[in-house]
Amino acid sequence: MSYNIILEVEDLSLETKQHHRLVNRVSFALGKGETIGLVGESGSGKSLTLRAILGLLPRGVEKVDGTIKSDERTAMVFQDPRGALDPLCPVVKQLSEVVRFRQQVSKKAAREIALELLERLGLPDSLKTADRYPSQLSGGQCQRVVIAIALACKPSILLCDEPTTALDVTVQKQIIETISALQKELGFAMVFVTHNLAVAAAMCSKLCVMKNGEIVEQGDTLDLLQNPQDPYTQMLINSVLPVPELEGSERIWN
Amino acid sequence: MELALQVKNVSVHYGGFTALDDISLDLQQHKVLGLVGESGSGKSTLARVIAGLITPDGGEITLNSQPLLKKRSRAQRKQIQMIFQNPDASLNPKHSVRQILSEALLFHRIVDRAQVEKRCKELLAKVHIEESGLDRFPHEFSGGQRQRIAIARALSVEPSLLIADEPTSALDVSVQRSVLELFGKLKEELNLTMLFISHDLGVIHEISDTVAVMRQGRLVELNPKDRFFANPESEYSLELLSAVPRMPKPSTPGGLTT
Repeated sequence: MSYNIILEVEDLSLETKQHHRLVNRVSFALGKGETIGLVGESGSGKSLTLRAILGLLPRGVEKVDGTIKSDERTAMVFQDPRGALDPLCPVVKQLSEVVRFRQQVSKKAAREIALELLERLGLPDSLKTADRYPSQLSGGQCQRVVIAIALACKPSILLCDEPTTALDVTVQKQIIETISALQKELGFAMVFVTHNLAVAAAMCSKLCVMKNGEIVEQGDTLDLLQNPQDPYTQMLINSVLPVPELEGSERIWN
Repeated sequence: MELALQVKNVSVHYGGFTALDDISLDLQQHKVLGLVGESGSGKSTLARVIAGLITPDGGEITLNSQPLLKKRSRAQRKQIQMIFQNPDASLNPKHSVRQILSEALLFHRIVDRAQVEKRCKELLAKVHIEESGLDRFPHEFSGGQRQRIAIARALSVEPSLLIADEPTSALDVSVQRSVLELFGKLKEELNLTMLFISHDLGVIHEISDTVAVMRQGRLVELNPKDRFFANPESEYSLELLSAVPRMPKPSTPGGLTT
């Protein structure tokens, strides 16, 4: 892989208005087509870092230091798909709106592109004739719509904030396979936030372990998981509860 | 082996929707039954039916060879205690830990008033919380500690069946580990009989003796833990097990994009 850095976060620090440090001097770089994982427990600043990249900080949180260098298009996939979609707008209409706005095409063309995207993400064909509201779709289907909306922006960087945490394991597997397949096809880079180390191991080539707003360790996924240097990383790895391998079958995952 | 809980042909309908479809299962004394399934499969409904929070439309429930009916006596209610997923919602924020723990003790007349204080301290010690915590309020504790308080409250009345409905799902992995270790220890010490609900197969593997799998209101598999994890009976269990993301083995390359 040629190493073109398309996103560089340097010494990023975020604070509340009351000068409470939330993220402290976080630095990492993302190469073209690469996937970097941010892992850590709740409150470690993973999601805030991701939101800072998109410039979507919650009210009352400010960037106080550091730079984020990127000229690429960025789009985000959120944790709770039902919360990210407009409940009062049918999904094809929602997606067409984004396509029309981001790709500057006519209404009709936007609908065509939208339907194509939905088909690529494996949503039912019946949406072509009868549009449906988010509440009429399952959680996994909603997440596919959210991913389609993110892809409608033609991003070079896709930011994923726990995209599978709210989903069941079988659906999680499908969504992860979908994202991986799309990444191979479209070649976007990803920043993947998750608290699930096993998911991170399957998706990411590099990992950053975050704790209390700081990166305590970063490196290649396999190196980091096999030779953790920081005691916190070690503790996280030890906390993963093992599920034994099935008898007489090779690993299906990854 | 003595039978603790027997559920026979239990069904629950919400309007036209069947939440539980003819469920039958047995739980042996001093064993942990792990109940798995995806969201909407009816795990929590079954737990609530057993605890008496929902009246089933049909079927029988027997605890220690006593039938549990719609109207339950105080003693029958005492025998089944429940721990919920979210301790923030299940602990009264305006009650101190002392109030939370002593209320159940006094209601079920476990100890007399003079000994409540002593018993509360014992209970806290059992779940590794300092005695000084008695006069503090739930918000002063971390998520894991709050769940421990909920466990202490459930154990305070010495139930014969403990139902834990996703007790670790709202917690971070490291905290989850410590709460599970506590469950394991208490199970040994107090000879607990437990119905443990989780969608996380790692958690189920850690704690259960027997595993039951539910899907769309039906029980699709009921097997000992080792059998279930090595060689599941139903196709759905296999699908569930193979969908669990696993940590890379030392020999396999990590990451899909390298």
